[in-house]
Amino acid sequence: MNLSIGLVVESFIDFLLINFGPLFALIAQIVGGFMGGVESLILSLPPIVLIIVFALVAYLLADKKVALFTIIGFLLIFSMGLWIVTMQTFVMVLVSASIALFLGIPIGIIMSGNKFLDDFLTPALDFMQTMPPFVYLIPAVMFFGIGNVPGVMATVVFSMPPAIRLTKLGLKQVPDELEEVGTSFGSTPLQMLVKIKLPLALPSIMAGINQSIMLSLSMVVIASMIGANGLGEAVLTGIQRMQIGIGFEAGLAVVILAIVLDRITSGIGQSKA
Amino acid sequence: MKKLELKNLYKVFGDDADKGVRLLKEGYSKREVLEKTGLTVGVNDVSFDIKEKEIFVIMGLSGSGKSTLLRCLNRLVEPTAGEVKIDGKDLTNLDKESLRQIRREKFGMVFQNFGLLPNRTILENAEFGLEIQNIPESERERRSKKALNQVGLEGWEDQYPDQLSGGMQQRVGLARALAVEPEVLLMDEPFSALDPLIKKDMQDQLLELYEELDKTIVFITHDLDEALKLGDRIAIMKDGEVVQLGTPEEILTNAQNDYVKEFVKDVNRSRILVADDIMVKPLALLYSNDGPRTAMHKMKENEISSIFVVGEKRKLKGIVRVEDALEAVNNGQNNLEGLIKEIPVARPEKSIDKLFSNIAGSDIPLPVVDDNNKLLGIIVKSTVLANLAEGGM
Ligand SMILES: Nc1ncnc2c1ncn2[C@@H]1O[C@H](COP(=O)(O)OP(=O)(O)OP(=O)(O)O)[C@@H](O)[C@H]1O
Ligand SMILES: [Mg+2]
Repeated sequence: MNLSIGLVVESFIDFLLINFGPLFALIAQIVGGFMGGVESLILSLPPIVLIIVFALVAYLLADKKVALFTIIGFLLIFSMGLWIVTMQTFVMVLVSASIALFLGIPIGIIMSGNKFLDDFLTPALDFMQTMPPFVYLIPAVMFFGIGNVPGVMATVVFSMPPAIRLTKLGLKQVPDELEEVGTSFGSTPLQMLVKIKLPLALPSIMAGINQSIMLSLSMVVIASMIGANGLGEAVLTGIQRMQIGIGFEAGLAVVILAIVLDRITSGIGQSKA
Repeated sequence: MKKLELKNLYKVFGDDADKGVRLLKEGYSKREVLEKTGLTVGVNDVSFDIKEKEIFVIMGLSGSGKSTLLRCLNRLVEPTAGEVKIDGKDLTNLDKESLRQIRREKFGMVFQNFGLLPNRTILENAEFGLEIQNIPESERERRSKKALNQVGLEGWEDQYPDQLSGGMQQRVGLARALAVEPEVLLMDEPFSALDPLIKKDMQDQLLELYEELDKTIVFITHDLDEALKLGDRIAIMKDGEVVQLGTPEEILTNAQNDYVKEFVKDVNRSRILVADDIMVKPLALLYSNDGPRTAMHKMKENEISSIFVVGEKRKLKGIVRVEDALEAVNNGQNNLEGLIKEIPVARPEKSIDKLFSNIAGSDIPLPVVDDNNKLLGIIVKSTVLANLAEGGM
């Protein structure tokens, strides 16, 4: 006998589609509109201005070396003619990581204080993280069609777990004695969170942010399989036409973007720790 | 005056804690309760009062329930049964908001591992309690700077905790507690993480602050020397129960069971005892501008028959005996003129076998003074004798 779990999942998704169709359409419209806005803003700036802005951010949040690498790396991307697709990828990372963090960090905070929710969500997170990333693309297409929006949605789901996990972990690692300090001086639960726990959990939360962003980048590239714009498209073209040159250049651009994003976001964690 | 009252206080850790309390009331011991139910007894039927402005020391071996008892006082640990009253008000049934208010107003707590926030400067750490009370920034800064000055940390405000030595970090912990101007200081082994010399400094400083500030202090230690030095009264705990409660003098000379005897026996048997080790705080002191009536009152209050007189900076002037004070009262005299008698003194480093000859024929305690004639403590005859006997001399 065949156990058809797949069938159950399909009918569940059908159920959601039939009953919540308009909701998904609304979400798609909001996310799509937002992304279009950010993208046209970024692409309206001359590349050289943007490169300087990136370098400045790198200098402020990390150090001189990262700033220098940013300038050289981005100039290289520009000269390979991949500037626009790289920025499309960047915007998608920016939007999906923002959504993932915006949802993930509060979920982590709630989970750290609620054992029931923790027991319930932890296996779900394990599941989400071990599922092969391609699998997320299918429901994303069913809910949101093809293009950038389903790409962003799949990326949000895929990149949220580390933000949740590391936020929760950081909060749980706050030593008992420091919690006692808060309680003994008469803290409210909110004061305890804001004045004691979050500052102490910050390095861990920053590590979560960094991981979420890196996962977003890898997923955004994969999402080109369902029609998302950006560097993934170029890679895909390379594969389909068997043009190793295009594929390699696009891959190099992904690596440069990854290194810049990683160094900048891990720099924040260190300077505050 | 009672500051805190504990009545039939129980704390049992575990799911069915009430059952544990029931068994304890039926007379089962901590061990039996653990074997029967798996519940851990923290505090077992403790009742006593802590007086206003005394230093109350809680002592006992590891696991005897000291921390649990202390934490029941501000409900950091929720008592399973019984009452805790502060200024006559029962804390055990307060709602969250009133409890927070009491914690903010009445208590300051000092922690064994200092409990400083590593991401905050010394000043910001000292301000913590005031910040929780939403006190405006300028006042916050003024009060916490004052507290930092009191503990001798002026100039360190902008450093971070990890830039300070252990002793200094604990001073910050103390300043944080003092800044909220609490009525009761709760101190859970505050000096046990410090090395011996710094520990002694901190004890001296705490005593000085205590003289200045008039606070009630509840102090946990497992170090008998520390207990004797600081405590007005000492409670000794075993398996969650208080097995003896009394003045340092009473504990030393009249241990009521083997557990306490074991503690007292350990008073530095290994080295030659000096005056500093066995001196205790005088029960009461007279100041040079007090009159004979005050003298009588203080002696009566503390059931003593003579009282030491100190001047500015605790400089020892002499002693007043009860007979002389009584006569002066009857003659209508209203100052201490002619009543203050000179007496022999000892230095803190004098060994106790030499003290014996000083004190053997005397009916008054022997004062211990430093080079500036400042009164450090007093030695009672029975302590010397008890220690000599213990030492087998
Ligand atoms: N949160 C807790 N859960 C369960 N049992 C506890 C808890 N806290 C303390 N206990 C138990 O209660 C008893 C008293 O512990 P407590 O920490 O009060 O001892 P203590 O006298 O302060 O010891 P120490 O000198 O080691 O600090 C011990 O048996 C301990 O195992
Ligand atoms: Mg303890």
